[in-house]
Amino acid sequence: MSSRRSRSRASGSSRITDDQIADLVSKLQQLIPEIRSRRSDKASASKVLQETCNYIRNLHREVDDLSHRLSGLLESTDGDSAQAAIIRSLLL
Amino acid sequence: MLWYQIYISLSLSPIPVSLSTVSPRRATVSSFDQLTFTMAESNPDANSNVSRKRRKIDPDSDARIAAETGPTRWRTQAEQHIYSSKLVDALRHLRRPDSGHAVRDAADRVLAASARGKTRWSRAILTNRLSLRLAHINKKHKKAAKPGAGRSRSRKVAAQKKLPPMQKKVKVLSRLVPGCRKVSLPNLLEETTDYIAALEMQVKAMTFLTGLLNGGASAAAFGHSGQNFSSS
Repeated sequence: MSSRRSRSRASGSSRITDDQIADLVSKLQQLIPEIRSRRSDKASASKVLQETCNYIRNLHREVDDLSHRLSGLLESTDGDSAQAAIIRSLLL
Repeated sequence: MLWYQIYISLSLSPIPVSLSTVSPRRATVSSFDQLTFTMAESNPDANSNVSRKRRKIDPDSDARIAAETGPTRWRTQAEQHIYSSKLVDALRHLRRPDSGHAVRDAADRVLAASARGKTRWSRAILTNRLSLRLAHINKKHKKAAKPGAGRSRSRKVAAQKKLPPMQKKVKVLSRLVPGCRKVSLPNLLEETTDYIAALEMQVKAMTFLTGLLNGGASAAAFGHSGQNFSSS
């Protein structure tokens, strides 16, 4: 783990403890499916950050992919019937 | 600084809005709260108590606020349904579905609006689009491009350029989460947890919509009559 000094300098006025950061990192850890599947104790903060970045990039890519698909579908299908069906099913 | 809440309502004007208050983080709140618009919500009970209060030290309201604003709220089925219907609405009003990023922009915009201005990344998404538009207009009218709000300011060199790999990863992460380039580490981690939860919900909702549209397309081919999609 990097030194406490650099972090407190970056924080400015608020005093940030290592415990706080470790707590947040562990919370983050729970979200990342990659790390969750292995034993949670082992992951270092650096690995958690790395996996987080990868995970966010993957999610971005998925959203891009889905939006491309959606835009293709929106063009091809007839406006009213398909979307009326969607809204009906969402309201049910 | 509650101007972003007005932007939220402006950017989603086709959708009916209701008057309710939002309690942003660390805000010096005033009667401004009464004037702000937010998205109409389908569970008013959960919302009314929380949104009318400011952030008190009172543990009860804190717990309620945590349930309302924490990343767990993105996991609820209700939230996903709300997002899906709002996205459908926004997509219907899209007049240029063929431009590559139109759908993505709309999806991000609706997602950010669903956060109701409580997180930094959501506010950044909503204001970035406006500042980009303003930057465009400025560049057109004046040759000397006046720097817009969000992006160019963040390009100023940070005072410390630490090389330790930890700091590098933090920087990469801060670039991935919108609006978090100069945020302190604990805030960044908090924003990240919320952002990841929101992104996951976005993926789920869009997958769901894509499936519906796929099914809807085949139903339309049959001359659909009351095809029921049983959800959940």
